[in-house]
Amino acid sequence: MDFRLSPKEEAFRSELLSWLEQNRPEGYRAGEFRLPDTWEKRVQEYSRFQKAVFEAGYAGIRYPEEYGGRGGSLMEEIIVLELLAPIYRDFGSVGIIAHGMAGPTILICGTEEQKRSFLPRILDGSHIWCQGFSEPNAGSDVANVSTRAEKRDNEYIINGQKTWTSFAHIADYCILLARTDPNVAKHKGLSYFLVDMKLPGIEVRPIRQITGEPEFNEVFLEDVRVPEGMRVGAEGQGWQVAITTLMFERVIGDISMAALYADELQRMLNMARRVKRNGQAVLENPLYRQQVAQCYIELMVLKYNGYRNVSKLIKNEIPGPEGSIGKLLWSELHQKMGETAMQIQGPYHQLMKDSPAAIDNGFWQHLFLRSKGNTIEAGTSEILRNIIGERVLGLPKDVSRAVRREGR
Amino acid sequence: MDLSFNEDQIEIARQARRFLENECPMDKVRELIDDEYGCTDELWSKMAEMGWMMLRIPESYDGMGLDLLDLCVVLIEMGRSALPGPFFSTVLLAAETLMEAGNDDQKQAFLSRIASGEIRGTLALHEPAGGAVPGYVQMEARADGDMYILNGVKAFVPDGHGADFIICAARTLPGNDPAEGVTLFLLNRETQGVSVNLLKTMDQSRKLCEVRFDEVRLPGAAILGEVHRGWTLLRRVLQRAQVGLCAENVGGAQRAMEMAVEYAKIRRQFDQPIGSYQAIKHRCAQMLLEVQGSRSVLYWAAWAQDHGDPEEAELAASVAKTYCSETFGNVSAGAIQVLGGTGFTWEHDMHIYFKRAKANEVALGDPVYHREEVARLIGC
Repeated sequence: MDFRLSPKEEAFRSELLSWLEQNRPEGYRAGEFRLPDTWEKRVQEYSRFQKAVFEAGYAGIRYPEEYGGRGGSLMEEIIVLELLAPIYRDFGSVGIIAHGMAGPTILICGTEEQKRSFLPRILDGSHIWCQGFSEPNAGSDVANVSTRAEKRDNEYIINGQKTWTSFAHIADYCILLARTDPNVAKHKGLSYFLVDMKLPGIEVRPIRQITGEPEFNEVFLEDVRVPEGMRVGAEGQGWQVAITTLMFERVIGDISMAALYADELQRMLNMARRVKRNGQAVLENPLYRQQVAQCYIELMVLKYNGYRNVSKLIKNEIPGPEGSIGKLLWSELHQKMGETAMQIQGPYHQLMKDSPAAIDNGFWQHLFLRSKGNTIEAGTSEILRNIIGERVLGLPKDVSRAVRREGR
Repeated sequence: MDLSFNEDQIEIARQARRFLENECPMDKVRELIDDEYGCTDELWSKMAEMGWMMLRIPESYDGMGLDLLDLCVVLIEMGRSALPGPFFSTVLLAAETLMEAGNDDQKQAFLSRIASGEIRGTLALHEPAGGAVPGYVQMEARADGDMYILNGVKAFVPDGHGADFIICAARTLPGNDPAEGVTLFLLNRETQGVSVNLLKTMDQSRKLCEVRFDEVRLPGAAILGEVHRGWTLLRRVLQRAQVGLCAENVGGAQRAMEMAVEYAKIRRQFDQPIGSYQAIKHRCAQMLLEVQGSRSVLYWAAWAQDHGDPEEAELAASVAKTYCSETFGNVSAGAIQVLGGTGFTWEHDMHIYFKRAKANEVALGDPVYHREEVARLIGC
C-alpha cells in the first residue's frame, strides 16, 4: 500500500502549482466567495480560465493529444482536479456537464468525426453543455424517457420535453436521451444524441430553484431536426452509452467533491472563528467543534474511499455498482456541512447575499440551499441505496418492481 | 498510489481467516467468554505459532519487524471472529509500549518472550476520574531516594488479572499537562501492593480490571523511557493501538453486516424476503457504505503510522478511531433490528458483536474525545 505520489507526479503537481500562481483568475483569492452575479459573467470567466488551462496543457489530461488532450495518466488528472475544483466551483460549475459527462462519453463511444469536432471545444472552454435525461415522468425511473426521436432520411425529428436540465439556458450543446423505438423494453428503445441548442424548435424555460436563481430549466423540443451523425452509439444503444461512462465518472466526481469540500471546510473554520455566540468565537464552543470535526472525518472517508477506487482504476479494475457509495457520501456530507454552517451562524444564517451583514456575502446560505439538491440529482439517495442493496449485497428486488419487470 | 493489499498481506489474511474459523468458531468464542481469562493456554500457543505475537516485534528481538498495516490484516480477521482474549492488551498495548519506550535490557527481557507467547502484559492508563480521556493521569509516583512509590487506582485495565507484567503511567511531577510529569513504570503483576479485581462488564469478550496500587515500591530501573516524559512516547503507542481497534471494528462490522444481509435474504414476511423491502434494504446499504468508508480511513490511518509524517499519523488515528468505532456500533445495532426478535436473543451471536462494538467505542478515547482531537489538529 502506498498513499504517496510518485516523484514524477510530485513534479507535475508543483509545476501546476507554479502555473496556478501566475494564472489564477483575476481577482480570485482562495478563501473568498466570489461567484459572479450573472450567468453570462460565469460563462465568460470560466471560458477565459479554461482557455488558459487548455493552452498550458492541463486540460483533458487523459484525452489523446489529437483531440486537444495531454495523453497523461489518471493520477495526473486527479492532481489537476484537486487543485482546480474550487476554482471551477467559483464559476458556478458551468463546465461540469461538458467535462464530466459529454467529453468522456464522446471519447469512449463517439465517432471519429464527433471526437474531432467536439472534444477540442470542450477542452478549451468554448462550449457549455447541458444534460437532457430527466423528464416530467422520467426522474428516478430515467429509462422511462418518452421524448421521441423519429428517423426520417438521414435526420431524426425530436419531439418532447426535458426537465431539471441544468445549464440549458447557457448551453451550446445538449447530451440528450430520446426514444427511437417505443415497441421494445424501455431500456432498449433509447438512443443518445448530441444536440445543438441553437437548432430551431428548442425552447428553454428557466426554473427558479430553491436558491432563488435559475440553474436548471425545462427544455421543450418541437420537430427539432438532428442529423444522424449526431447520434452516439447505435440506435437503441442509448442506455448503454449513458451508463458506460457513469461508473468511471463517479470516481472522478468523488475526488473532485472531496477537493472542493476541503476548500469549503477551510472556509468554514475561518468563518467560525469570526462569528460570535454569547460574545465568544463559535469555534471555541465544544459542541460546534464536534460538528466541524465530524464534517472533517466524513470528508476523509470520502477522500480515501475515492482514492481506493482510483487505485482500482489504475489497476484496470472497473469500479462496479459500489461506485454509488461515493455519491451517497458526498451528497450527504455536503448537506451536513451546510447544516453545520447554518448552526454556526445562529440568527445570521437568515441573511442572504447582498444583505450588508450577511456572513461571507451569502456563500453558506447558497451552499446550504443548493446542497438540498445533492441527494436528488445524479441518482437519488434512495435509488443509490437500492443499487447497493440489490447489485452489491444481492438482496432481492422489491415485489412491485419484480412483478412489473416480469410482466413486460 | 496503490491502496490495495499486497500478496503477502492477502496470504496473511487468508491464513488468519482459516485459523480462526477452525480454532475459534462461535461456540468456542462463547466458551472463552465464560472463561476467566478469555483465552486458553492452548489457543494462545497456537496463535503464537502463527507468528501473530511477533509480527511487529523487531527481528533483533526474535520478531518479524513488520508494519502496523500487516498486523491490521490479522486484526480485521480477529474482529470478524470476535476473538476474545488478551491479544490486544499484550501485543498492541504492552509490546508496542516496550518497543517505543524500552531500553535494550527491557526489550531483551520482555519482547522475545512476548513474541514466543510465553508472557502476557497490559497497560494501566485510564483513571476513575478521567473517564474516556486517555491523557488524564493523576496517579502519584512519589520519589523516595532511588525508589518510586506508587499509590492510586487504574480503571478499565484490559486483561490485568492475567497479565504477567503491567506498564503503568503515573505522575512524577504534579500538574494537568500529560506532556509534563508523566512517567511509565514496568512492573510484575505480583509486585507487593498491587491488587487486581476483574470487573463484571457488558462485553465479556475482553476482560477489564481495576488495578490498585498501595505503596508499591519500584526501583528507577522500572522506568520505561525518560522520567517525566512518558506521555510523548505513549501517545504514539496509543495511536497505533487505536488503529488496531479500528481494524477489529472493520472486521466485526463486516461480519455483522453479512449476518444481517444473509438473514434478510431468507427470512420471509408478507410472503416476501424481508430484504426486498426498502426499509430493510436501505438499512443494509447504509451498513455497506459505513463498512467501506471505515476500511478506507483504516488503511489511511495504518499507512500513516507506518510511513506518514507524525502530524498526519496523529490526525488519521483520531479520524479513524471515531468513524470506525461508530460504524461498528451502527452496523451491529442495525443488524439486531434486521434480525428482529432473533437478534435480541442470547442464542444469536449478534449481541457479542454489539457489545464488543460498545467496548471498542470507548476504549482509548471515545468519539467525543477523538472528535475534539480532530478539531484541535485541523486548527480549530
